[in-house]
Amino acid sequence: MMKQKHNALNGSGNPVINARNLRKTFGNLIAVDDVSFQVFPGECFGILGPNGAGKTSTIRMTYGFSPMTGGTLEVFNLDITRNARTIKSRIGVCQQENNVDPDLTVQQNLEVFALYFNMPPPEARTQALNLLKFMALDHRKDARATELSGGMMRRLVLARALLNKPDLLILDEPTTGLDPQSRHQVWENLEELQTKGLTILLTTHYMEEASHLCDRLFIMDHGRVLVEGKPLDLIRQHVGRDIIEVVEPSETLRAFMRSWNLKHEDLGHRLIIYVDDGNALYHEISKDHCTGGCIMRMATLEDVFLKLTGRELRE
Amino acid sequence: MKETASIHISMRFLRVWQRNFTVYRQTWKISFLPPLLEPLFYLLAFGVGLSVLVGTIDYGGSEISYTSFIAPALLAINIMNNAFYENMYGSFVRMYYQKTFDAMMATPLSLAEIITGEIVWGATKSVMAATIMLGVISAFGLIQYPEGLLIVPLAFIGGIAFGSMGMVFTGIVPNIELFNLPIFLFITPMFLFSGTFFPVENLPLWAQNLAVLLPLTHLVNLTRSLSLGVFNTSLLTGIVYLIIMCLVLFPLAIHTMHRRLIK
Repeated sequence: MMKQKHNALNGSGNPVINARNLRKTFGNLIAVDDVSFQVFPGECFGILGPNGAGKTSTIRMTYGFSPMTGGTLEVFNLDITRNARTIKSRIGVCQQENNVDPDLTVQQNLEVFALYFNMPPPEARTQALNLLKFMALDHRKDARATELSGGMMRRLVLARALLNKPDLLILDEPTTGLDPQSRHQVWENLEELQTKGLTILLTTHYMEEASHLCDRLFIMDHGRVLVEGKPLDLIRQHVGRDIIEVVEPSETLRAFMRSWNLKHEDLGHRLIIYVDDGNALYHEISKDHCTGGCIMRMATLEDVFLKLTGRELRE
Repeated sequence: MKETASIHISMRFLRVWQRNFTVYRQTWKISFLPPLLEPLFYLLAFGVGLSVLVGTIDYGGSEISYTSFIAPALLAINIMNNAFYENMYGSFVRMYYQKTFDAMMATPLSLAEIITGEIVWGATKSVMAATIMLGVISAFGLIQYPEGLLIVPLAFIGGIAFGSMGMVFTGIVPNIELFNLPIFLFITPMFLFSGTFFPVENLPLWAQNLAVLLPLTHLVNLTRSLSLGVFNTSLLTGIVYLIIMCLVLFPLAIHTMHRRLIK
């Protein structure tokens, strides 16, 4: 599940994105509050958080879509407030909505979009056909963009973001709403781009996606960064290696937890225990306390996420 | 990014125009029909049906037929409608439902260029419609040449003026249903009272003074003078009026769209 990537470029060179103390307010609402991060060449960096955490606001500032309320932001060592146009000509953006052009065919979508980058039409056509092949859409190039399935539409948006051969790809929830097949296809495409050395910044609330793709990430909530690091490190630091879940825990188990001072979370009908090596403990629990069912599994990023951002529903 | 930073407008706005033209080319056969058929319908209904009742109309001291009175007004109305509706309904759909502008704003295009491209496109539709109509009306011998040819550049200026006005509404209405309000309060009265189907002078004096404030009154006066080859000082007033309208409403359109979209 967890994939370690070997990228020689990681952590070296000037950062592609250097964001310091980013702040964004809408009236009284503070959407982004003092967020700082750096993304290095060849790296895939993730912004995680529940709905309304400030992910999209953060990412929109980095591609020059929304003006910052405060802080400084450099992309390719250029100040975004003064060089937005130059920066935008070198990045590819995949926004949250599938805003393909419904008035045009699949191929026209790309060719017309290439115009916005002042790309000469013959080059635009070649580039469009190459990308349609790369995204496995070439058989649908003459279809209306609106006739595509959700997954295909997403791949078209992704192809569109790659038209200008960007040095940085920015993806806002690239696989939200896709079925598992489409999601894996998009991941494959992104991984291929990563191996070619493309720098990627993405937001997601799928932990699996983040652990799959991201070299580094931060988790944010209420506009602030909670933790930052490599996925595996974050799991080790915040939840340990193993998770034991006990359904309908007994009072004796609860007392046992307290007396041994074990890291755990009590959800009433479920007890979640965080341990570094759960084998002995699991053996113990399953022998004496496993009335309602219990499992042991590997700790995931999702455990970190839920531990840090809480379990109550958002919105 | 303050608003001033994105006000810089480069020739890239033509890319947005090209996008709309690409879409238009797919349906041009259908888009050509209204300006081709509409004047025919009107000329038939009013020219044949109504002119018998109306007889001739006094225009600038000479008697002209009712059909030659209304034919130039049809041109003016179409110049107004094409740009106004394109930059109201058309632009609103692209902005609000299709999120086309959002996608464009992630490219080197600035918002001001997007809006400029849209308004210039609206004006282009006015020019195309006016040109087609001019052809149809000329077939009835109702246009004086070469003066009549000036209606083509006039259609562009009128298109920018009315397109900017439509775009201002696009920038401020919360939802598409509310477009009924400017249409009902503004477009319909202009359609009826701007010297289109009867001379403004037939109105009571207070209404005449109101009519002079309406932009369509000036556009009708201009198309009519050019169609009939009659020149007077009111033409200068009219053209100055339209240019001032462009100079006020075009920046205002960019401003309202900026307030709406840059968040």
